[in-house]
Amino acid sequence: MRKRPDKTLGESLRDHGLSRRGFLKLCAATASLMALPPSMVPAIAAALEQARRPSVIWLSFQECTGCTESLTRAHAPTLEDLILDFISLDYHHTLQAASGDAAEEARFQAMEENKGRYLVIVDGSIPGPDANPGFSTVAGHSNYDILMETVEHAAAVIAVGTCAAFGGLPQARPNPTGAMSVMELVRDKPVINVPGCPPIPMVITGVVAHYLVFGRLPELDGYGRPLAFYGQSIHDRCYRRPFYDKGLFAESFDDEGAKQGWCLYRLGCKGPTTYNACATMKWNDGTSWPVEAGHPCLGCSEPKFWDAGGFYEPVSVPLTLGPTTLLGAGAAGAVVGGGLATLARKQRKEEAGARQPVTVDELEQKLSTTPP
Amino acid sequence: MSSLEPKIDPPAPGGSCPGATHEHGHALPILHEIRHALERLLAGGESTCIDLHSMPFGPGDLERLTAVLGSGEVQARVEALGPTLIRETAIPGVWLVDYRSLEDQRLSYQIEIAAIPEILRPRPEDLAESLGVLEARLAESGLDATPNASPPSS
Repeated sequence: MRKRPDKTLGESLRDHGLSRRGFLKLCAATASLMALPPSMVPAIAAALEQARRPSVIWLSFQECTGCTESLTRAHAPTLEDLILDFISLDYHHTLQAASGDAAEEARFQAMEENKGRYLVIVDGSIPGPDANPGFSTVAGHSNYDILMETVEHAAAVIAVGTCAAFGGLPQARPNPTGAMSVMELVRDKPVINVPGCPPIPMVITGVVAHYLVFGRLPELDGYGRPLAFYGQSIHDRCYRRPFYDKGLFAESFDDEGAKQGWCLYRLGCKGPTTYNACATMKWNDGTSWPVEAGHPCLGCSEPKFWDAGGFYEPVSVPLTLGPTTLLGAGAAGAVVGGGLATLARKQRKEEAGARQPVTVDELEQKLSTTPP
Repeated sequence: MSSLEPKIDPPAPGGSCPGATHEHGHALPILHEIRHALERLLAGGESTCIDLHSMPFGPGDLERLTAVLGSGEVQARVEALGPTLIRETAIPGVWLVDYRSLEDQRLSYQIEIAAIPEILRPRPEDLAESLGVLEARLAESGLDATPNASPPSS
């Protein structure tokens, strides 16, 4: 029988034989996970002791399962910790043992038993109400119907990954499936966006941990992203930033500048206009991240990043700020960087307005005429 | 473009990868933070903890920082929810605390500026139960049954 989330987290952990030092360590790791200062550890310990594991229903729509892959590689805490101790994961296509009617029954049961208290996590975009529902269905029901039915009595919705948060790849022009994001469809519930392609696994668990510790949703930015993780740009936290400030840029992937680890701005780095925690949380157990591996940031946690111009073209630089002016800015790099980001955002808005839609027919025609 | 010609620093002696040996300058502010924390510890006994996981370190920054801090006389290991490795630096009162998971992956890496790192102290709740635990273990051992017995002389 399914385990009911009726114990506090403290009781559940003691049942697992966790010592008090082990609990202190869990709290220290959780503070680190939530990007909170270590001085918060006693408060976190007190809150986690009394926290109750929320029921979580995970819905997968138009997605590649990359977000689930990302989460299952989270090491702090491990998915096992997350499932057993932090949440009661009652429905997840990829991870649950049940299938068919039994799986759908588990979802209905969790919704009924935890009415008004359960969390819904969504990955993948959703063909909108006006789109052909046949593009993506589960058990013969459209993604749209399942989403609206499941969120009706949810406490909150967490949109995991850029597809769920902003439409992502399925919504890239010409958007053949009429893909929409969760926040475009769910208007009457709190929606937290955890974008990224995929999101950093620890950010997914960090948001859930925040809900457990503080009993409320984290503070969000204008795009519905938790400020703790998306509050600063990649550029502002990049270890290569001092090179930008000195005007030292790699001009190609194999020049001396690239070998010296200089700023990748001119190779198309979207760090100045991208808000995410890659620079500090890093990937693969904190081993490295794209910029440290020598590749410019693609801006995957920003809306419409697929349609925002070439990955290897520098973020738009206004004509009044030529390369010489940029170099002259020197120590004032922070100011220039902020200004550039604002200008680039404005330009992207204008570009988005002027962009010509491409039809599927046009794409197919282009593919058939392109030599292999 | 001439003004943008890169000025290439000579590679550091012994370094195999020039990018990795470049000084990114991120270790120095942490060392200053440790200095302020030490001053607070000396003045009023206030301890401080710095989470190194949240620092935007580049390649080599952490190694530079730990090289300056050096190694002290104490090394400890706590087994609770996986190992936690505690190492005193060459500066008394400055500790490196490495929290690792059961799979030996790093959960968090912190510098504690304190007389003793928090994880090494017994939890107050555990301390309160310690007398009871000793009595229970003594009773279990059977040694308590013959209080006046002396070891047999050979």
